[in-house]
Amino acid sequence: MDAIFLQILNGLDKGGAYALIALGLTLVFGTLGVVNFAHGALFMLGAFCSVSFYKLLTLSKQVKDESITFFDAFKEQPYLEIWFGDYGTTIIDLAVPLSILFAIPVMLLIGLIMERGLIRHFYKRSHAEQILVTFGLAIVLQEVIKSMFGANPIPMPAPEIVSGSAPIGVLFGMGESVVYPWWRLIYLLFSGIVIAGVFAFLNMTTYGMVVRAGMMDRETVGLLGIDVERRFTVVFGLAAVVTGLAGVMYAPILPPDYHMGMDFLVLSFVVVVVGGMGSLGGAVAAGFLLGILQSFASMNEVKSIIPGIDQVIIYLVAVVILLVRPRGLLGRKGVMED
Amino acid sequence: MKTPTIKQDMVVMLIFSAVILTMPVWLEPLGASYPDLLQKFAIFGIFAVGYNILFGLTGYLSFGHAAFLGIGSYTAVWSFKLLTMNILPALVFSVLLSGLFALLIGFITLRRSGIYFSILTLAFAQMSYNLAYSVLTPITNGETGLQLARDDARILDRLFSEAGEGLPSTDFFGFSMSGYSGFYICAVLLIIAFFISQRIFHSPFGTKLRAIKSNQTRMKYTGYNTKPYLLTAFVISGMYAGLAGGLMAATDPLAGAERMQWTASGEVVLMTILGGVGTLIGPMLGVGIIKYFENIFSALNEQALHQAYAFMPDWLATVMVTLTSPFVGEGWHLTLGALFVLIVIFLPGGIMEGMNLIKKRFSKKEAEPSPTEKATETGQ
Repeated sequence: MDAIFLQILNGLDKGGAYALIALGLTLVFGTLGVVNFAHGALFMLGAFCSVSFYKLLTLSKQVKDESITFFDAFKEQPYLEIWFGDYGTTIIDLAVPLSILFAIPVMLLIGLIMERGLIRHFYKRSHAEQILVTFGLAIVLQEVIKSMFGANPIPMPAPEIVSGSAPIGVLFGMGESVVYPWWRLIYLLFSGIVIAGVFAFLNMTTYGMVVRAGMMDRETVGLLGIDVERRFTVVFGLAAVVTGLAGVMYAPILPPDYHMGMDFLVLSFVVVVVGGMGSLGGAVAAGFLLGILQSFASMNEVKSIIPGIDQVIIYLVAVVILLVRPRGLLGRKGVMED
Repeated sequence: MKTPTIKQDMVVMLIFSAVILTMPVWLEPLGASYPDLLQKFAIFGIFAVGYNILFGLTGYLSFGHAAFLGIGSYTAVWSFKLLTMNILPALVFSVLLSGLFALLIGFITLRRSGIYFSILTLAFAQMSYNLAYSVLTPITNGETGLQLARDDARILDRLFSEAGEGLPSTDFFGFSMSGYSGFYICAVLLIIAFFISQRIFHSPFGTKLRAIKSNQTRMKYTGYNTKPYLLTAFVISGMYAGLAGGLMAATDPLAGAERMQWTASGEVVLMTILGGVGTLIGPMLGVGIIKYFENIFSALNEQALHQAYAFMPDWLATVMVTLTSPFVGEGWHLTLGALFVLIVIFLPGGIMEGMNLIKKRFSKKEAEPSPTEKATETGQ
């Protein structure tokens, strides 16, 4: 029972990341009609936002190490600590959550540049060409990151206060022994908030209403005198921010490296396809569903029955769904049916 | 489209064979005529020519062909381990087995088209990659990769001779697979592969595939069941990939799972696009250019750049070095990605389209002045 409970948590947690990435991907697909293979790269860029923010905070200078008296020893001390003392240390400790504030404008800018500079010219071209050009862009982005940060994964610390494990079992009456890392719980909560935010934006604001209308029937919205293209640029920026934030908060869970984008890209496409191309609710539902399925498949009991199932479960589900329910779980009729 | 006559085809074939077989000679001045690179040209040429049969003719964008390459490699290495170091059985088995897998995967994935097909092939490629790394370790030897060992069975070889000292090397009835003889074996296979692809391009079957690309619905309305044609194309291109994989193992008997990753499929897509999708020669050109420049660019470093810019004033040379150094050496992939983006944006037909454009411009000038030129002439 405990194990199952933990696996559900694990799955929800993974699912949170999948759902966030897939949400951005399907938002772009549903509105702009563009198949964006550079989406994984956005996730990676988000993670590297937190890395660079952390590096920025810990810019240090060489100071004399007072604790060693035999000879002149030097140590690195961040400027923030020199200027603000303990207060500065706290800020550095909170680097990852704080980098959200840093990532939002950066990702928005990247998204806008990408849409204006490249994606916009591919609205009218075939899906195959969209795939190819964004695939090339993804390679470029990942190589740029590689040349800037190196090829090795860069571990990012979670804030110290939440670095331990939460006695989550107590809440559900399962005893002290059932524990779960705080940061993963925070990630789950965070993904829930962001997803709710996106849905609130789309469903409760006039702006969102127009975007949804544009997803339904772009031409008519244009005929009503609304500048659809500009809205779509904003939507692309929004998708970039959502995906980037998913990456920022994921950094303490998985040390960012330059090819994490490509790894997540395939997964997120699978999630979107299972949920139904262009369906936002479907993407979120499929994200959590696949996350839970995957964490159950990686239980030893399951693996001993069907070896290797944990490696392929997601793709297997995608293949089955695509073949028996071509529209995906919640796909709308008439959207991308070949 | 006008189909060339058999005679024209034969001429093209002869020229192609001559160009391929004399590669060691005319690549000499370019500094690319050593066997390793030449073998790579030929092997990736086979891969790309085969991929083009699917993507070029039918327009189905597969991201899973690296899986067949990997299957071919693993099969070949197993044949070296169990049967004989002769490459003939190894290649036959690679082609057959990858064809079988292509039949299976194609049967499932071809039920959908467009982006869904791409994603399905992607899913299968990822599955085979993940499995090769984890559960299938007894067959694939996981992360280390499958290698030859001295105490392998090699049943057929044992019939004729005792196990020698050290690792045996691959051969084709006495012709070694390393060095120039290895290149010529690969080259002959490439020429055969090219010949088959040419025959497919100019056959009724090829025309049907092109019809599927231009409008599958219309094709169906005229009473054709498109599925068998698509599946045949898929299997053929899978077998080409298997042959390429087998040859890769033959020139270097080591098979690793990273060969199956979907980004490796991306590479062949790239080569095909760069040269020109749907043209006969295009993929070959793409392979040549990418492999050649990969070789040159990844060997460059800052010092070499400084030498190259030595004729410039110092300050300009420094600027140029800082500008170009991210693109060479380790950064070769960056160049490749950027090149790819540019090609897709400005020249979707690849180099072949570019050459056609140039040809058109020149021939037009000779035949009759273009309208703009006429206008300027009358204006004068």
